[in-house]
Amino acid sequence: MNEMPSPKWFAVTLLLVTALLVGAGLAEAARVASGQVFVSSEKDDAIAAFDARSRQLLAVWRQCKRPRHLQLSPDRARLYVACSDDHRVDVASRKTLASLPVGDDPELFDLSRDGRMLYVSNEEDGLLSAYDTASGKRVFAVKVGEEPEGVKVSADGRRVYVTSEVANLVHVIDVATRKVVGNIQVGNRPRRLLLLRDGKELWVSNELSASVSVIHTDTLEVAHTIHFAPRGFRAGDVTPVGMAASSDGTRAYVGLGRANHVAAVDVASRRVLDYVLVGRRAWGLALSRDNARLYVANGLSDDVSVVDTASSKATATLKAGRVPHSVAIDD
Amino acid sequence: MTERLRCCLSLVAALGLLARVADAAAAAEVRIAVVSLAGDLRHEARRLAQRYPGQPQGRALDGAQVAAAEARFALEAAGQSLRLDAQEARNEAEVGPMVAALARQGTRFILLDLPAAAVRQATAAVKPGEALLFNVSADDDGLRGAACSPVLLHTLPSLRMRADALMQYLALRKWRRALLLSGPSTGDAAQRDALVQSARRFGIAWSAQRTFRLSNDPRERDQSNLNLLTSGTDHDVVVVADADGEFARGVPYATQLPRPVVGASGLGAQAWHWAWERNGGPQLNRRFTRAAGRPMTGYDWAAWVAVKAIAESVARQPKAGFAAQAQALVTGKVVVDGFKGPPLSFRRWDRQLRQPVMLAHPDGVVAVAPVEGVLHPKNNLDTLGADEADTPCRAPSS
Repeated sequence: MNEMPSPKWFAVTLLLVTALLVGAGLAEAARVASGQVFVSSEKDDAIAAFDARSRQLLAVWRQCKRPRHLQLSPDRARLYVACSDDHRVDVASRKTLASLPVGDDPELFDLSRDGRMLYVSNEEDGLLSAYDTASGKRVFAVKVGEEPEGVKVSADGRRVYVTSEVANLVHVIDVATRKVVGNIQVGNRPRRLLLLRDGKELWVSNELSASVSVIHTDTLEVAHTIHFAPRGFRAGDVTPVGMAASSDGTRAYVGLGRANHVAAVDVASRRVLDYVLVGRRAWGLALSRDNARLYVANGLSDDVSVVDTASSKATATLKAGRVPHSVAIDD
Repeated sequence: MTERLRCCLSLVAALGLLARVADAAAAAEVRIAVVSLAGDLRHEARRLAQRYPGQPQGRALDGAQVAAAEARFALEAAGQSLRLDAQEARNEAEVGPMVAALARQGTRFILLDLPAAAVRQATAAVKPGEALLFNVSADDDGLRGAACSPVLLHTLPSLRMRADALMQYLALRKWRRALLLSGPSTGDAAQRDALVQSARRFGIAWSAQRTFRLSNDPRERDQSNLNLLTSGTDHDVVVVADADGEFARGVPYATQLPRPVVGASGLGAQAWHWAWERNGGPQLNRRFTRAAGRPMTGYDWAAWVAVKAIAESVARQPKAGFAAQAQALVTGKVVVDGFKGPPLSFRRWDRQLRQPVMLAHPDGVVAVAPVEGVLHPKNNLDTLGADEADTPCRAPSS
C-alpha cells in the first residue's frame, strides 16, 4: 500500500496489538476474535488489516518480500504468511513472532488440524516440504511436478494433496511413508484445492480449462467436472483459481480470474447457482465465519470486493495495495 | 540336435527376448529431435554479439531442454519417458535425408530450428503419418500459406501475426498516420508487405513509404540519412521494416520529428520477453536463464512451447499411439499453457499456434495483442495472422 495509515488509525493499531498480545497470553477459550480482515499485497511487500464491520483500514505494515498465501492457525492466534521472495513463512500476530525458512519461492501452504505441521509448495524447486511449526525444522520434502501450487492436508492429517501447474496433476502424498502414492490427471494448470463432504471430495480449480475437477478421495479418480460459463465471457477468459466453502460445506465459491466473476456452487448438486461480478482477476477468496460475506482479492484492480452472499452482490470494495493475493479473516 | 545348434537356438531365443524388452522400452519412450543447420547465418558469432532486437540469441535446443525437464514428471506419471536429441545438418541438402531417417528410426516429433528454405526441404522429406515437424524459428508466411503441409506445425508467430499485433497497437493508441522505412533485401520486403497488409486491416494510413540503404555514399544520402528519410512528411509514428536489424538500431531518437519508432527497433512485436511478469512468466524466465545462461527470447519460447505441446498430447493419451497424438495436435484439440494467459492450440487451417503477441521494447512489455477492443467471432487470438476465411493454405487438418 502506498500511503501510511493516518495517525488516528495508527493509535488504534497500537491498541489492537496490545490487545492481541494480552489475548495471546490468556487461556485459549478466552481469546476474542479481533474482527480483522487481513489482505496480502504481492507488490507492496505488505499486509493490510481492515475492520470487518466498519470496513475501515486499520493498519498496513511491511511484512516481507512478496507476501502471498495467508492462513490463520487453527486456534486463530497466529497469522501465517508465505513470503515468496524471502523464502520463508512468517508467523505474524501483527508483530513477526517467528520465521520458518522454507526453501525457494514458497507459494501456498496448509496447516495440519493440530497446527503442528506446515506443508508448503516450493514453486522453484518442485518440492512439497513439511515443517514442524514448533521447532521450525524441516521434517521431510517430496519431489513433485514443476511449479507446485495448491496444498491441502486431509482432516486426519495422513495425506497431503498438491497441484502441479505444469504437470497438470494432483499429487497425493502419504505423510507416514513420505511418498507420492498417487498422481491424478486433471485439467490444465491446476491451481487450488478444497476439501468438501467431510474430506470425501477434493475440488481442484483448473485455470486454463475453465473448470473444477471433483476427485473422490477414496478412489483418487476424477468423478465429475464443473464447467463455468458466466454470460458474455468465452471459455478462454474464464480462469478459475481461488476457492472457499461455507462452514456447513453446502456452498462453494470459485474465483473466475479474468472473467471478473465469482461462481457460487451448490456442493451437493455441483450446479452453479450464480455468478457475482467482482473486480479484475478475482483470485483469493475468504468467507466470514457466519458465511454472510465473501472477500475476493482482485489482483489486477488492486482491491478487495466484499460480496453479500445472501443477495449475491458485491456491496463494497476495499482499496488493497498493489496486486492483492490472499485474504484471511479473524472473526 | 547337436550341441552347437542348441546353443544357437537359445541365443536366438535370448535375442528375441531382448528385442521384445527393447520394444517395450521404446514404446514408452517419446523421442523428440531438434534439427539445426551448420552455418545458419542467424547464428553467426558476430551476428549474435550484435543482439539485434527480434533476432535469435541462441539455439532452439535451450528452450526445448527446459520444456523437456518440465514435462518429465507428467510423462513419467503417464508411464512415458522423453528423449531429446540434437541433430545438426552440415548443409541444406542434408536436411531432408536427415529428417526422413529420424522418422524411419522412430523419432516422430521433430523440431526444426532452420531457415525457411531448409524447412521446405524437411517438409518435402516427410509423408503424413510418418512424423510431425515443428517449425520453431522461421516466421515466413509462405510456409503457413501456399507451402503449408499437413505434417508441419508452427509455434513461432508468423511475420503477419507480428505485423497485426503491431498495427492493432497503433490503432489502439490512435497513431493512425505512419511513415514506413523499408530496406532493399527480400527479407525487408517480406516485412514491409506484412506491415502494409496489416495496416490496411487495422486502418493505419501511410504518410509516405520510403526505402533506406545502409550507405555512406553522398549520392545516396536521401536513402541513408535519417534526417532526410524522416522529414518532409508529418506522421504519428515511424515503422521500420528491416530483417537484419543494423539500420533499424539507429532509428530511435534520430528522426527529424520527435516520433516513436516501432517494428524492427523501438517497440517490436515478439512471442516472448524476458520481463513478462504475469502467468508464471518470472518462473519460466528464471528457469530458462538458469539453464541457458541468457535471457529467453521469442525463438526460445517457440521451441519450449513445441515440446510442451508434444508432452501435453502424449500425457493426455499415452496409450493412443502416434497417429492419435498427432491428430489431436493438428486439429487443435491439445490445449497448451504458454505462460501468456489464455489456453493455446494449433489452428486447423494452417497449423499455426494461436497465441498472444507481446508488444515490447528492450526494457519491458508495454501491451499484449490482441489488444483491448479488437474482437473476433470465435477466438480473439485469431485476429492475429491468417484467419480461416483468408488463409492461402489449401491443406487444412481434417
